[in-house]
Amino acid sequence: MNDTPVIEAIHLRKTFGETVALEDLSLSLPRNEILGLLGVNGAGKTTALNILLGLTTPTSGSLRLFGRELRTHRVEILRRCNFASAYVALPGNLTVGQNLWTFAQLYGVKNHRAKVTELLEHLEIPHLRKRVTGQLSAGEATRVQLCKAFLNDPELLLLDEPTASLDPDISDKVRTFIRARQRERQTSIVYTSHNMRDIEEVCDRLLFIHKGRVVAAGTPAEVLALFQRDSLEDVFIQIARSEAGDVFAAAPAPK
Amino acid sequence: MNPRIVFALVCRYLFLYTRNWVRLAEVVFWPTMELVTWGFLTRYLDSKMGGGEAGPFTWLLGGVIFWDVMFRSQQGVALSFLEDVWTRNLLNIFVAPVRPAEYLASAFGIGLVRIAITVLILWSLSWVFFRFNLLDIGPALVPFFGCLLVFGWAIGMFATALIMRFGQAAENLAWAVPFLIQPLTAVYYPVAVMPGWLQWAALTLPSTHVFEGMRGVMAGLGFSWSHFAWAVALNAVFLLLAALFYGRTLATVRAKGLLTKVATN
Ligand SMILES: Nc1ncnc2c1ncn2[C@@H]1O[C@H](COP(=O)(O)OP(=O)(O)O)[C@@H](O)[C@H]1O
Ligand SMILES: [Mg+2]
Repeated sequence: MNDTPVIEAIHLRKTFGETVALEDLSLSLPRNEILGLLGVNGAGKTTALNILLGLTTPTSGSLRLFGRELRTHRVEILRRCNFASAYVALPGNLTVGQNLWTFAQLYGVKNHRAKVTELLEHLEIPHLRKRVTGQLSAGEATRVQLCKAFLNDPELLLLDEPTASLDPDISDKVRTFIRARQRERQTSIVYTSHNMRDIEEVCDRLLFIHKGRVVAAGTPAEVLALFQRDSLEDVFIQIARSEAGDVFAAAPAPK
Repeated sequence: MNPRIVFALVCRYLFLYTRNWVRLAEVVFWPTMELVTWGFLTRYLDSKMGGGEAGPFTWLLGGVIFWDVMFRSQQGVALSFLEDVWTRNLLNIFVAPVRPAEYLASAFGIGLVRIAITVLILWSLSWVFFRFNLLDIGPALVPFFGCLLVFGWAIGMFATALIMRFGQAAENLAWAVPFLIQPLTAVYYPVAVMPGWLQWAALTLPSTHVFEGMRGVMAGLGFSWSHFAWAVALNAVFLLLAALFYGRTLATVRAKGLLTKVATN
């Protein structure tokens, strides 16, 4: 089996004028792994995702997806990826079916009708096909976006706060769906969220980013052990309230 | 260039019209109002100074229709981008395996569709109400329209690049750019009425050669190969400059992380 990492990022750095959005990010994502990117607002998560998607060019550092340079193989790489975000929408004035048809064409999905039907059923929203996208509830719209995100059976999926603005019931369904699909197809996923429940349930590995740098990495259990905390929520708060570089400062003495 | 992708992007835009009649009304409404205004002016001028059936001022209606070809073409390009901005869909498109050339080709295609609709409406209205038959211009219509279409694409690309770079504040540019060109390009009057230095500037625009050529044909002077050649050559220059500008702007926008800003604001 091919064991080239799906993502191989080395010393990615991004500055916007004076602002350092990403100080130094290195990561290697193998196949079949869900990596959670955590951090407070402004930590640099979206910037990292945008660089991985080729929407933003890094100031320095090297980035390979599927073993190829993103800069020079953009289209070829993007065909194997997909993306969904709480901050992006599908055109509201088209029906769900029209939107999904369009993206199926863009990604060159074979048997696209069957694929769309299958995904809509799996997401429990087959009745939405003829509905106008702009009139859907947040929960419905998110699931339609996820349907778009899984259309091409991506090998790499980038999700920017997919559960933001969802109620706990729908969040749970969304997480279950993502996990099930991921296991079935061995998709690699990068997942950003503020929702610790999300991260605990979905992610195999975590990367805590604070002020543009990685301050902790590992499996959820490893991160909890490292900070000697019982919940990721506590770890999050501790990191959020610390200065960059001394995230352990406020950690209590070992029990 | 993948035709399936271009086709899908054009269809997506056409779906909008099937879903929203107000949009279709917009394509019909503006050209009609414009034609009626100029139509009566033409009729008035003809009755004062000309007389007869097809009066000496009917070329003004030709100007209206020709102008709209260029205007709709550039609008089609800029609008197809703005539509993605307005619907917060831009990022979905930019992370899809779509080449910039495919995206632009679809925008060009949309320009073509808009023109086809506008011309059909203007041609029939001007014929029925003002006895101006566009087809009287003859086969010269094809190269003339072609040149205006392509020039519309070029300025549409400039406008789109500016919107990408400067955000929605630059949106008005999508509408303003053609009107910056309009006085210079001699739509409703010959280049000869301009002062000498301005004539020189006017003749650097491919569209000026088309409008001059159109008036020539309507005055019975025949098709001017030299105006046509100039229009084609200048179009090539403008299209090249527009493509370079678009490509450079895309790189800048990626470096500054503006794509997400434009897309999610
Ligand atoms: N296009 C941009 N131009 C200037 N600054 C930016 C841009 N995008 C992000 N930033 C800044 O970079 C930092 C990281 O932002 P972001 O990646 O959006 O954080 P997160 O997604 O973790 O909330 C913030 O300080 C933000 O203001
Ligand atoms: Mg973010």
